[in-house]
Amino acid sequence: MSLSSKQKATVKDFFSKMSTRSDDIGAEALSRLVAVYPQTKSYFSHWKDASPGSAPVRKHGITIMGGVYDAVGKIDDLKGGLLSLSELHAFMLRVDPVNFKLLAHCMLVCMSMIFPEEFTPQVHVAVDKFLAQLALALAEKYR
Amino acid sequence: MVEWTEFERDTIKDIFSKIDYDVVGPAALTRCLVVYPWTRRYFGNFGALYNAEAIMGNEMVANHGKKVLHGLDRAVKNMDHIKESYCELSQLHSDQFHVDPDNFRLLADCLAIAIATQWGSAFTPDIQAAFQKFLSVVVFSLGSQYH
Repeated sequence: MSLSSKQKATVKDFFSKMSTRSDDIGAEALSRLVAVYPQTKSYFSHWKDASPGSAPVRKHGITIMGGVYDAVGKIDDLKGGLLSLSELHAFMLRVDPVNFKLLAHCMLVCMSMIFPEEFTPQVHVAVDKFLAQLALALAEKYR
Repeated sequence: MVEWTEFERDTIKDIFSKIDYDVVGPAALTRCLVVYPWTRRYFGNFGALYNAEAIMGNEMVANHGKKVLHGLDRAVKNMDHIKESYCELSQLHSDQFHVDPDNFRLLADCLAIAIATQWGSAFTPDIQAAFQKFLSVVVFSLGSQYH
């Protein structure tokens, strides 16, 4: 399910439109992850407060979104471009890859909330595919 | 049996009293067919479904979207007996329509996104959590009679 060149262009275009709100989307998306899928808090037991909307959650959401934006720039070679991030997730963080899908869904919800007009079904499918490819690239070094 | 907090019960009743079935139903099913194209396999007699534009303009898809969304009404009215309420529909989807139950999960995700598009920031994390919990119970119930 790789991206067509049209879909890559759609992703780049939409992410560029989103850039003024990318911090909000990142922070909201991670908040929603821990709210909707409470089991994901298991990865954040080292934080004093891993509840939705808390400072560490929002800050980390922004960090993650930064990583996603970085990946947009590497859309033509996600596996190569995300090698070191994959090693981080595989050997250090060891996040079960199923959670990438859950976070992707929360990101899509935030995008549709904040950009209801722009987040058309066509944009939705392109972004969903991109996030799925990103997740695959992140899981590349797992085993 | 599923345990619901008062907030969850109120939230579900509130959502379903406020949503426009005629907008959200079609939007959710449309997104499902566009974003997960393999789901089109179940709608062979719906006419033109070959691209996003065709799906978005397809009246049969729109009508079916409204029907499917109304299919959730029985769960809203019967939150303590959702599994039982869907026994028949589950058998139908298994034995007559032969729908892979994973597709129910995909449609549920599209429903959350369709509502988020309508409600914006009013679709708070807590409300999303309650709504997705409700949908996951319905999804589970619809798959419960498969054999």
